[in-house]
Amino acid sequence: MSLQFVVDGLLTGSMIGLGAIGVTLTYSILRFSNFAHGDFMAWGTYATLAVVGAIAAMFGKVAPIAPLSFGWPLIVALVVGAVFTALLALLLDKVLFSRLRKQEQAIIAVMGSFGASMALRSLLEFIFTSRPTYFSRAIQIAMPVGFGIRITPDQIALLLLTAALVLGVHLLTTRTQTGRSMQAMSQNPALARVAGIDVASVVRVTWVIGASLACVAGVMIGVLVQIRPLMGFDMLLPMFAAAILGGIGSIPGAVLGGLIIGLAEAGAVQLIGAEWRAAVSFIILMAVLIVRPIGLFGVRER
Amino acid sequence: MIDLVGYGAFFLTTALIFSLVTLGLNLQWGLTGLFNVGLAGFVAIGAYTSALLTTPDDPARLGGFGLPILIGWLGAMFVGGIAAALTGIATLRLRSDYLAITTFGVAVVVQLVALNAQKLTGGPFGIGFIPRPFGGLAETPLLFNLSNLAIVSAVTLAAYLALEHLTRSPWGRVLKALREDERAAISLGKSARFYRIQAFAVGGAIMALAGALQAHFIGFIAPDNYLSILTFQVWVMLIVGGSGSNAGAIAGSVLVWAIWAGSGALTSVLFAPEQQARAASLQIVAIGVMLCVILLVRPNGIFGERPRRARFGKRTKATASESGS
Repeated sequence: MSLQFVVDGLLTGSMIGLGAIGVTLTYSILRFSNFAHGDFMAWGTYATLAVVGAIAAMFGKVAPIAPLSFGWPLIVALVVGAVFTALLALLLDKVLFSRLRKQEQAIIAVMGSFGASMALRSLLEFIFTSRPTYFSRAIQIAMPVGFGIRITPDQIALLLLTAALVLGVHLLTTRTQTGRSMQAMSQNPALARVAGIDVASVVRVTWVIGASLACVAGVMIGVLVQIRPLMGFDMLLPMFAAAILGGIGSIPGAVLGGLIIGLAEAGAVQLIGAEWRAAVSFIILMAVLIVRPIGLFGVRER
Repeated sequence: MIDLVGYGAFFLTTALIFSLVTLGLNLQWGLTGLFNVGLAGFVAIGAYTSALLTTPDDPARLGGFGLPILIGWLGAMFVGGIAAALTGIATLRLRSDYLAITTFGVAVVVQLVALNAQKLTGGPFGIGFIPRPFGGLAETPLLFNLSNLAIVSAVTLAAYLALEHLTRSPWGRVLKALREDERAAISLGKSARFYRIQAFAVGGAIMALAGALQAHFIGFIAPDNYLSILTFQVWVMLIVGGSGSNAGAIAGSVLVWAIWAGSGALTSVLFAPEQQARAASLQIVAIGVMLCVILLVRPNGIFGERPRRARFGKRTKATASESGS
């Protein structure tokens, strides 16, 4: 068995982990599992793609940055895409989720997110058709780095980006006042309100972090694999599994869960075959729910 | 005229098969409050089980065993019920969201097995030559459609009567009690988890039966029939009909299926063939928005009269949010 699966697994794991941060935050702070999170991913990616197209129309063809397959337009577009995705999430919260969350049964919000997910995904199919598309069709040569492992410059850049983002979000949630407010909300919403925490702003920050990271994860998939309207929906199960494996509410847990699932998927692809990849997250999910439902770093519900 | 009757029978048969799925979901969600977003998986389990049991022997895959159709239906209910019970056992002691995520996973895995386990399911091409009740009448489509309608109506009616009976039985009252006030019900000595697993299993069995009925009605099944869009359609049917009411579940199914088939026919008239896939996705957008709007405006469904839980302390908050939205 070649060690190549480690690189593949870390990359898939990064995408899952970045997405799972949003899932775990929505779950612990807004108290519902958001089935539309995968579609934030797809919308962010298509928004980024549209901005890349607009930049190409304005400035002509831009040469990619030396070893990478993309140039500054993608980086600018990613920032715009992330802002767009955050706004989309805030808009959906305003018209839909904030109202559904007020209802007595928390599960109504889950159902609403299921309907929103279906509508968002089909709207993408309507606008962009279901044909897959790409940021770049250039083929990168993978460099050997020893132990039979090969890696492309793009992959290195995206792994570094993931590490930087995870570190940033971790510092934000543990070292700033906003982050402490978020923790307070997730641990005891009633007490947090009494303590004078600005609930509305915590909700906004939660959506912005979750949605913009979803956009980054989606663009990673777009750069390394392909862009399809279903790309986010297909990531939903791995993201939920990662969030639960890591322990709901824990950001390091979500990322670690994502990496574990990514590595397990890559290993399964090599051992059993690519067609069974999606079953890996289900098996891990069931194992966690049966053995340790609070996950690796979870705290027991109060 | 004859064509119209034939189409009407075909339409109603499909709508009633959907009603059966909705009845199963109503037992799980409407009566017991269990959230199932993977119901397409349970429908698929039923369809494939019955197809495996009843199709003639095929050297390319396991079975068919050529058994009578009725055995296929019973087998479908059995396997669907077991699958639902296992799902329930694994997750029903946890928060309700975990059940939602797990059922979602069940649908993904069933879809994966249907696509990839060629020896069992025929892979992407599915299973054909599924025996059809009254297959001998296939020469005269009208008679064939009407006799199928009769069978499906009979099964749906039986399921409806059984569920109505169950709802009023002590068993149904325990489920309602658990939904309304879990602590009070538990303090009366009822095991919440055990009752919920039972309700989830019976619901799963009904969904599987519906899958089997449809497989035998069409005569052919493929993994594409059981995508998440099916789950979504049935949820809209239940919410439109009003969760909690069995009659509402049937009415909602027929109504939503009429809207669905009607708008589908409309797009095929209005759009050029190459644009139809896109128009079809717009149809899903419309239904998705409709579901969200109903949840916002009338969470208990258009016909639903499910009483709100009157709990002290929460009451003021609930009324405040009602007037706010």
